Amino acid sequence: MQVQQIVKSPPVEAVVIGASAGGVHALLAVLSKLPTNFLLPIIAVIHLPKERSSRLAEVFQQRLAMSVQEAADKQAIAPATLYFAGSGYHLSIELDRTFSLSCEDPVNYSRPSIDVLMASAADAYGASLAGVLLTGANVDGAAGLARIKQRGGMTVVQDPAEAQVATMPEAAIRKMKPNLVLTLDGIRQLLVELDQNHAHT
Amino acid sequence: MSANPAPTSAADDDQLHADLALLINAIYRQYSYDFRDYAGASQKRRVLHALAQLQYPTIAALQEAVVREPELFMRLLQYLTIPVSEMFRDPSFFLALRQQVVPLLRTYPSLKIWIAGCSTGEEVYSLAILLKEEGLLDRSMVYATDINPRSLSKARQGIFPVASIQGHTANYQAAGGRQAFSDYYTAAYDGAIFDKSLRNNVTFADHSLATDSVFSETQLILCRNVLIYFNKKLQDRALGLFHESLSHRGFLGLGSKESIDFSVYTAHFEALDKPERIFRKAGA
Repeated sequence: MQVQQIVKSPPVEAVVIGASAGGVHALLAVLSKLPTNFLLPIIAVIHLPKERSSRLAEVFQQRLAMSVQEAADKQAIAPATLYFAGSGYHLSIELDRTFSLSCEDPVNYSRPSIDVLMASAADAYGASLAGVLLTGANVDGAAGLARIKQRGGMTVVQDPAEAQVATMPEAAIRKMKPNLVLTLDGIRQLLVELDQNHAHT
Repeated sequence: MSANPAPTSAADDDQLHADLALLINAIYRQYSYDFRDYAGASQKRRVLHALAQLQYPTIAALQEAVVREPELFMRLLQYLTIPVSEMFRDPSFFLALRQQVVPLLRTYPSLKIWIAGCSTGEEVYSLAILLKEEGLLDRSMVYATDINPRSLSKARQGIFPVASIQGHTANYQAAGGRQAFSDYYTAAYDGAIFDKSLRNNVTFADHSLATDSVFSETQLILCRNVLIYFNKKLQDRALGLFHESLSHRGFLGLGSKESIDFSVYTAHFEALDKPERIFRKAGA
């Protein structure tokens, strides 16, 4: 499917993104060229060692126009904001579209886990959600994307040929046949279209 | 677009959430355990996990069996509560407690301390060790409460897996520990048995932040990584209990990513050390 053919009904209201090894670089490539009036909230899990993870919001804020925060327990999701999951806790989205944290066991050896975020986001947003999975060296995110697709949301995986580490995109493609497989540049274009689509409704 | 896996309708999901609510309500009616105001996403994961582990085909089938069999309910309860704990978890929190709160606690002739949601007791023994090293344990009364009787029973025993001791030791040292950590336990088989004099002044008790009321005036309350499992309403109830229990300018310690910013009690507490989540009851 071509990006140009995307007509989403209902329009996407939030984007969840998961990445692991190579994820900081990939996510910056996608987000740093977004228009300054980009409105969709973006919620991201990047697997990182604790010390680096705690600086994620700071690192991205230096490079992006949109507001960047670590997602806080009970916080309501606001537009034009990039949220990161903090280290050591799973990040979920509740049905009232607020964040919640938890210390349940790691999933796919990961806490925060991409699957946990994506599955809860699918419950909260249903078909109005886009899920994006980027480079990484494990299988986290495949089940979460499957859940988003099951609920009618849009699922996008980075082209494994381009990914710094192809394991994670390949695992997702095998497991759940995403709606789109795109390069980082293609993902950026898609986000812009989804945002415009959302703004016009 | 390929349709794999088969899409489920929003109606299927509504049904699942309705069944979850029915289960939680039935548990409340039958056993008076109130999980109705727990945060939904985590609760859903834990019930689905329990469903698979206990091998029931549907939530409705589990509900039917649980209301009839108290023993099955007790097994389900182990999934509904989260017994994660390590000793001196977030060492910087305990260091801040030692450096910033202990000097003020010293000014009291006697201390009452409440550890709310103590689970299997790791936090209790951590605090007891800290108080002992600061010369405060003898004049302290510690109330360690939880809703899970199996967790409380483990906490009373004070035996922790040897495999976890290495991590606890590193935490203890980073938290400003003054002795060899091994001074506090005896290794036996695969368990580290903690010095029972640490719990001389500890009372373990069943208490629910969802249904029970305040039982004592306290000067310090630790409630770490408990409020994140509550929705806003229940979180406010718990913070209300803490506010009521704390004496004038008493101290409250929360988990490293917990906040009171979204609570109706925000203005009733002031931060003593915001990054470490140590608060103080605001002056009247």
